[in-house]
Amino acid sequence: MVSLSQYLILAAALFAIGVVGIFLNRKNLVVLLMAIELILLAVNLNFVAFSHYLWGMSGQVFVFFILTVAAAESAIGLAILIVLFRNRRTINVDDFDTLKG
Amino acid sequence: MTFEDAVFTFFAAVLLGSAAMVVTIRNPVKSALFLVLAFVSAACLWMLLKAEFLAIVLVLVYVGAVMVLFLFVVMMIDVNLAVLRQGFADYLPVGGLVAVLMVAEIALAVGPKQFAAGRLAHAAAHVAHPHYSNTRALGILLYTTYVYPFEIAAVILLVAIIAAIALTMRRRPDTKYQDPARQVEVRAQDRMRIVKMRTEPKA
Repeated sequence: MVSLSQYLILAAALFAIGVVGIFLNRKNLVVLLMAIELILLAVNLNFVAFSHYLWGMSGQVFVFFILTVAAAESAIGLAILIVLFRNRRTINVDDFDTLKG
Repeated sequence: MTFEDAVFTFFAAVLLGSAAMVVTIRNPVKSALFLVLAFVSAACLWMLLKAEFLAIVLVLVYVGAVMVLFLFVVMMIDVNLAVLRQGFADYLPVGGLVAVLMVAEIALAVGPKQFAAGRLAHAAAHVAHPHYSNTRALGILLYTTYVYPFEIAAVILLVAIIAAIALTMRRRPDTKYQDPARQVEVRAQDRMRIVKMRTEPKA
């Protein structure tokens, strides 16, 4: 019998891998977006696990909405990435310094 | 170790391994493909949690649409990998340390002491109806209690479509194209000129 804490620790490990992915691939915008997808997947796994073990469907409804928003987010993010690449010929985050922030 | 434990261990190992490959592998195309593997393993874990509808949605929507979009973008742009990988090894130790500490802290908070199988007795005692359908239950909830957030989610998707098209569409000034409205409203005297001239005698 798999317990709830096993799922929660698995989701925590997935979340940590996503955060480390943001650390390691600071320059590569595409892999940054993929790391954000991993973090969202970890959160969704938490929601589904709680929904199963506490026997409530609301968690799964939330996962449904998170999937919707994540799909919209990655679509717009990739569109912005394409516009950036078209104008600057690079996806290196360090090169996007026009605002001198 | 029951069969369920074995299935969980297998899919969890594949999920974590492919997620680690996503963030460490050199080639972005390969990391997108490993992300597909991670999503499919997560869908199998959701099947184990009896969330069948969401598992199918994850495969259809994420692997079918979003990851294909990722692969399309990665293959369309050509990236200079040497520049993008700068500082990768420098940040690996501190990143790994942060990850290990984060997992340890969360494991302390949600470990077996708090969320062991016996602690959630009322959930384990709940036995599903033999004709229980996950999709039906989710649909009933989605179209009654959550119908307003559902509509907002639809609007968000519409906004995403319009934003993505508006961002990436461009008008090239040098492109030649036909304007049907101007083609339709053309009149005969714009194109044709009737010239009065004397008749030429036949030779």
